[in-house]
Amino acid sequence: MSRKMHITMTVNGKEEEFLAEPRELLIYTLRERLNITGPHIGCETSHCGACTVTIGGKSVKACTMFVAQADGADITTIEGIGGPDDLHPLQTAFKEHHGLQCGYCTPGMITRATKLLEENPNPTEEEIRFGMAGNLCRCTGYQNIVKSIQAAAAEMAAAKEAAE
Amino acid sequence: MIPAAFAYYRPTDMAGVISLLQEHGDDARVMAGGHSLIPMMKLRMADVPHLIDLQAVGGLSGIAIGSGGIRIGAMVTQSEIIADDALSTAAPILREAALQIADPQVRNMGTVGGNVANGDPGNDMPGLMQCLDATFSLIGPDGVRDVPARDFYEAAYMTARGDEEVLTAVTIPLPAGGYAYEKQKRKIGDYATAAAAVQIVKDGDICTAASIAMTNLSDTPIFSEAAGAALIGTSVDDAALQAATDAMQGDIDPSEDNRGPVAFKKHVAGVILRRAIARAWSRA
Repeated sequence: MSRKMHITMTVNGKEEEFLAEPRELLIYTLRERLNITGPHIGCETSHCGACTVTIGGKSVKACTMFVAQADGADITTIEGIGGPDDLHPLQTAFKEHHGLQCGYCTPGMITRATKLLEENPNPTEEEIRFGMAGNLCRCTGYQNIVKSIQAAAAEMAAAKEAAE
Repeated sequence: MIPAAFAYYRPTDMAGVISLLQEHGDDARVMAGGHSLIPMMKLRMADVPHLIDLQAVGGLSGIAIGSGGIRIGAMVTQSEIIADDALSTAAPILREAALQIADPQVRNMGTVGGNVANGDPGNDMPGLMQCLDATFSLIGPDGVRDVPARDFYEAAYMTARGDEEVLTAVTIPLPAGGYAYEKQKRKIGDYATAAAAVQIVKDGDICTAASIAMTNLSDTPIFSEAAGAALIGTSVDDAALQAATDAMQGDIDPSEDNRGPVAFKKHVAGVILRRAIARAWSRA
C-alpha cells in the first residue's frame, strides 16, 4: 500500500485539492472523484480516445496518466468546452451534421477536435482524418464526423472574421 | 485496470533521480511520457514499486542542430519531432517515422528517450536510430557515457543501460542522401508487422553508401549491414534490390504472434524493405 499524495489540479478553471494514491488513473479521478463524467472510459488501453482531455494545452488520453503525474496540471474536459446553453461551434456542428449516433465517443472526439482546429484552423479532409486518428467511433463510419469538423472550422473562421 | 501500488517521485534534477535509483535498485524505474510503461503497469506485466517521473528534471528537452550532428533530449515528444521544421529539413526521416507512430494524443506524451530506452522490439525509434548510427548518452552514479545505438540492444527489454543509469539524449550524425521509413501495421496505433529505415547516398547513378535497419522482426532492432552493403556500388536495380532483401532475410529472426506467422512476416519484411529502398533511392 503506497501512501496517499496531496494533489492539486485545475479542472475546467476550478481548483481541486484531494488526497489520492499515485496509481489512480486520471480518468477515474475525473469521473469518480470529481464527478466530471464527460470523458468516458472506452478501451482503457490508450487506443479509443473516449477519455481524451486537454492537459497543458495538449490532447491526452486520461486513461494513460496517473493522477500523480497530473499533480499541478491544468485540465480541460468537454464540460469546460461548452454546455447545453452555450454550445461550442463543434458541438453545434456535430448535432447538425449527425456527427454522432450513440454518442459514447463524442466528448473525446470534440475535445480532441478543439485542439485540432487550434493547431490547424482550416484542415483538409485528410488532415482531419489524420488528426483525429486517436479517436475511434463504431457508429458513424467517420464521414459525418469529418463533415461536422469541416462545418465547425468554417463557422469558427467566419465568426473570427466577423469579429475582426 | 488498476496497477499495483507504487511510491511516486518527481525529482527536479538528475542528481535526485540517480540517488533514488541507487537507493531502490531495480525496484525503481524512471518514466518519461509513460506510454510504454503505464500500459504494462496497468496489465501488471511491469511491477514498479518506485516510479520516478522525469517531467520536472531540467536539461532533458530540446532539439539542437549543429554542424557536428543533431542532439535530441530524451524528453522530446514525437509531436515535437513532427513540429520541428529545422529538424525535418536536417533529418526528414525522423518526421516520416514519427508520423507513423501511434496517434496524436499518444505522440503528445510519448518521447524519443522512452521509445529508445524501453527496449521494446515493437518500438520504431530503436531501428531508426541504428539506421542513422545514433549515439545514446547515459548518466549514472559513475558519470556520463555514450553507447552507439547499434550496440545498445541485447534482447527484448534488455539493453546496455544499467539499472542506475538514465538515458538523457540521442545524438545523430547529420544524415546524407535519400531516406525512407516504411511501416506495415494493421491499424493506427499498432506496432509494425515489419518496418524498414533506409538512408542511401547516390553519386551519379551509383549507390555509394546505404544504411538499413528493420523493426519488430527480432527481439531487438536489426541493423543489417549486409543489406546495405548489397546496394553499394550498384545502380539499385532489381538484382541489387533482391540481393539486399536476401541479405536482410538472413539477419532477421521474426517469431509468430497475432501479427502473423513467421513466413508472412518474412514476406512483409521483404516487401517493406523493397519499398523503402526504392523510395529512398528516388529521393537520393
